[in-house]
Amino acid sequence: MIRALALLLGLAAAPLAAEEIVLGLSQDEVAITATFDGDDILVFGAVKRSAPDPGGLDVVIAVSGPLLPATVREAERRFGIWINTASAAIDAAPSYYAVATSAPLAEILSETEDLRQSITLPRVIRSVGTGVDSPADFTDALIRIRAGEGLYSLTEGAVDFEQDTLFRTGFALPANLIEGNYTIRIFLLRGGSVVDRYDTVLAVQKVGLERWLYNLSQELPAAYGVLSLALAIAAGWLASAAFARTRR
Amino acid sequence: MQIYLPIAEISADALLLLGIGGIVGILSGMFGVGGGFLITPLLFIAGIPPAVAVATSANQIVASSFSAVLAHIRRRTVDFRMGSVLLIGGLVGSALGVMLFNLLLSLGQVDLLVKLCYVVFLGTVGALMFVESVRALRRSRRPGARPVRKRHTWIQSLPLKIKFRVSGLYISVIPPLLVGVSVGVLAAIMGVGGGFIMVPAMIYLLGMPTKVVIGTSLFQIIFVTAFTTMLHAVTNQTVDIVLALILIVGGVVGAQIGARLGARLGAEQLRILLALLVLAVCAQLALSLLLRPAELYSIASGFGA
Repeated sequence: MIRALALLLGLAAAPLAAEEIVLGLSQDEVAITATFDGDDILVFGAVKRSAPDPGGLDVVIAVSGPLLPATVREAERRFGIWINTASAAIDAAPSYYAVATSAPLAEILSETEDLRQSITLPRVIRSVGTGVDSPADFTDALIRIRAGEGLYSLTEGAVDFEQDTLFRTGFALPANLIEGNYTIRIFLLRGGSVVDRYDTVLAVQKVGLERWLYNLSQELPAAYGVLSLALAIAAGWLASAAFARTRR
Repeated sequence: MQIYLPIAEISADALLLLGIGGIVGILSGMFGVGGGFLITPLLFIAGIPPAVAVATSANQIVASSFSAVLAHIRRRTVDFRMGSVLLIGGLVGSALGVMLFNLLLSLGQVDLLVKLCYVVFLGTVGALMFVESVRALRRSRRPGARPVRKRHTWIQSLPLKIKFRVSGLYISVIPPLLVGVSVGVLAAIMGVGGGFIMVPAMIYLLGMPTKVVIGTSLFQIIFVTAFTTMLHAVTNQTVDIVLALILIVGGVVGAQIGARLGARLGAEQLRILLALLVLAVCAQLALSLLLRPAELYSIASGFGA
């Protein structure tokens, strides 16, 4: 479901950059309704130049959900059964992370630039003082599991980049989205390093009944609990009464 | 048909959830078990986060048990006096159980303990019931032999005797109180209503007639699970009302069908079926502990204990 509403942002000029990004988004917010089943976001834009095109330009687009702490546990066989033995505390890992590129990432992005800009997942996930000997195993496991759930992805060549000027790509947001501000970062790369970078935010939030129920459960938990129970009792009584009638 | 669950924060197939509610509802009506021991693992499989699955199934059990107990009240198969005694014990027990649960949570390994509890109790209860029902079934087929139900044990010699007219019993309140307390403790730890432990306890320990046991157990379960729902809603905010509503719609309809099926089947067949079901869930859980998991790592949100 791609909404036609296009917002052109970032027209403010940065005088020093010879090449800069002009961006559009198919929508600037995602509303989670009762029938929400994922959404598609179209990111498109152009490269604005003040000098002739020297060529060799590439585009990397990274979409990141809110950064949240997580605990990764490892199971081991003890006394014949599988028990969680070690656990690593991850300080911050994005709830969702997708990277789309116009060419294989290893060819267009250098290690140092990745380190500086935090583009690939191992650079984004922060784990200081995890309390385990081999923290890399745990972050790898985190990435593997979330990639399996469709939350983390890297699609090389998914960005259409025409004549080194016009670019576009789509991101499929999954149904199990966490609320929050999703950052979209667009990088222009040449020879492994970043020429220009553009950041924007996509707001993901629940609306309507979903919003109301969520707020009630957080702010008035006792009232929410009573409401749940009242609903349960009413439904039980209704069903019983309905069946008693059909039997007569 | 996909529907977004506001508390679980995921989108799930409404028809699948409706089906889970329905199946568990049928079992609930037939056997007088709340179905928590079945609905929670099924929700895990459907991709619902464990904390939400446990809390929400408690809420759904309130509805299906309430619907089923009304059918039993109409057939006069609820011993309210016995139910109240069990309930008093049950509330005390679940308060103790929650304390114990929090203690274990601070020590870590709560998942393992819950699973081990399931395997041990489901295994023991299931095996006992199966052996006993098969034996009873064989006895009833042999001509001349009569089932021996009323046994005189130490239970008969305890003080504070009360007449439970519906159950046809004149026994001390101490055994039912103790049954209530221990079931309450286990229910809080395992996150279930506890019917699958209480039903055999009422039949074999208290000597209640099977017909009355189911309605009475359901009556007690309503209150214990309502208490659990409130506890989860207030402390963890993990009750998903939308998920609960879908499960309830499936569950209440299933419970009515189940209550009618249960009335048609014989008491012994009913017990063999329940025993097999309990053993199957037990075997599944035991396998998950014994077999090497496909993914050795697991993720929990936030900094867990």
